[in-house]
Amino acid sequence: MHPIIRSGRLGVYLLAWVPVEGALTVLFVKQSGLGVPASIGAAFPLCVLHAVVCLSAWYPCRALPLWGKQFTRSLTTHLTSAVVAGGIWTGAAKLLFSVFSRGDSVNSALPVIFGMGVVLYLLTVALYYVFLAVEASQEAQAREAEARLLAGEAELRALKAQINPHFLFNSLHSISALTSQDAARAREMCILLSGFLRKTLGLSEKAAIPLEEELALARSYLAIEKIRFGARLQVEENIDPGCADFPVPALVLQPLVENAVIHGIASLVDPGFIRISGAMQDADRIAIVVENSFDTDSPPARRGGFGLVAVRKRLDARYGGRASIQAAARDDVYRVELRLPIDEEFKP
Amino acid sequence: MTVMIVDDEELARSYLREMLADHPEIDIIAECANGFEAVKAAAQQKPDLLFLDVQMPKLDGFEVLELIGPGVNVIFVTAYDSYAMRAFEVHAVDYLLKPFGKDRFESALERAKNRLSEKMPVPAELSAASRPSAHLDRIVVRDGARVHIIPVSKLDYAEAQDDYVMLASAGKTYLKQQTISSLEACLDARQFIRIHRSYIVNLERVVKMEPYSKDSRIAVLSDGKQLPVSRAGYQRLTALLGE
Repeated sequence: MHPIIRSGRLGVYLLAWVPVEGALTVLFVKQSGLGVPASIGAAFPLCVLHAVVCLSAWYPCRALPLWGKQFTRSLTTHLTSAVVAGGIWTGAAKLLFSVFSRGDSVNSALPVIFGMGVVLYLLTVALYYVFLAVEASQEAQAREAEARLLAGEAELRALKAQINPHFLFNSLHSISALTSQDAARAREMCILLSGFLRKTLGLSEKAAIPLEEELALARSYLAIEKIRFGARLQVEENIDPGCADFPVPALVLQPLVENAVIHGIASLVDPGFIRISGAMQDADRIAIVVENSFDTDSPPARRGGFGLVAVRKRLDARYGGRASIQAAARDDVYRVELRLPIDEEFKP
Repeated sequence: MTVMIVDDEELARSYLREMLADHPEIDIIAECANGFEAVKAAAQQKPDLLFLDVQMPKLDGFEVLELIGPGVNVIFVTAYDSYAMRAFEVHAVDYLLKPFGKDRFESALERAKNRLSEKMPVPAELSAASRPSAHLDRIVVRDGARVHIIPVSKLDYAEAQDDYVMLASAGKTYLKQQTISSLEACLDARQFIRIHRSYIVNLERVVKMEPYSKDSRIAVLSDGKQLPVSRAGYQRLTALLGE
């Protein structure tokens, strides 16, 4: 849509032509020896004509971006159009004066009229590009705001999915079984479970936490599952001391560890392992690996990529393409590797 | 009254044991930690009542029930409420949601006793026909005390043989007591086609079709096996491939 015709700017635009009308009037009075009223009368239709011609300059402006590969082409197009518009204007002036049989008197003013026509046309072109630039920046802002909103939503959804209700119910059932058999362990499990819940609920408000804190959460989760699964669950940890302080999105590891239990350990009759490793790749990138044994007989669909999809979405929203998550099964070990860049916002 | 406890968690089993300790008339004849053990024990000892977890290694509770066959009363014990509908469809006596208390347990046991004393025959069709809308991702077959798990992606074709279906997978065949129609109903219709009254084929295995007589054709599978294709079967096939 034309930026001037839209939203009632046409009046302002026409008002801007009043000085041009004045300039033309002065020109006609001085160069052609017309009276003032006749000069005003002659300048008016010419102004209206050129105003309309200049309005049409919007369309080539919109089609041809000023910067980039097409710069020369855009420039040539606009200059040619300006010359043509100037020519039309000059021709119209000559015609107008000829109609009133004063054709010769305007001749000396024609070069000035032509020059004015070209300059006015180019000014309008410049104005259009200003409009276009403003529009583009507004659009970019809107896009950015939308992206931020989406990222926030993805994060919230991911966080809500963290506490698996079945984990809670199973843990409570274990506690209920332990109360009569081993009261001390029942109490221990209550404490572990509350610790885990408190940490999880507290974390969801923070955006990023040191890896060590995330690992502590995974440890308390696994300690609870260890009571449920007994010897079936073996946990190994292999974390480089250097990456303890690396900031990671809160609860990014939790779904992976949960998957390792649900789709790995819970599918196995014999004891299986979960191994969490972490190492710096370079100064500002970390690689975290969660490996677990699983039952090779269970169909791939049951190894469940649901938590994985949520983590991937969350990373995409937060880091764009700078973080990666890869999952693959090799023999009877399922391996998920997470690579995270240091988060600019949390750089110390 | 004989019962069997099937749960992969030791604590969950001991909890049921504790609940049952107050009932001297009840004899716990087996405790199993996974689906395979459960199928084997149930086939040998024929318990009156089964306490059955749903999510277990190897075989889930529904698969265990399918393999044990009709005639056993079952109480599902799980932390997941989402299986209740399926449990109802396989005529479970009750459905205990973990964690549950003594009262809830007693009422479930009471129901089981009533069902047993009524000598109500447990309805026969406990098989996969009562599956939810999702497709099967594997088929379980019992051969004596042995259990075979066939991922559907590895199923080449199935052939009806009286009350059984013969399942062909990777050069081996397995017999399962099920009708071919009920098997067809739980397979993904985009991958498995009923090409004949007696045959379902995995579309990915078909390499070519050859004319046989005026109204019928023969499908040749990648391992060279030839299956008859009826006119209706051929129409189903072309309709699917035409999409």
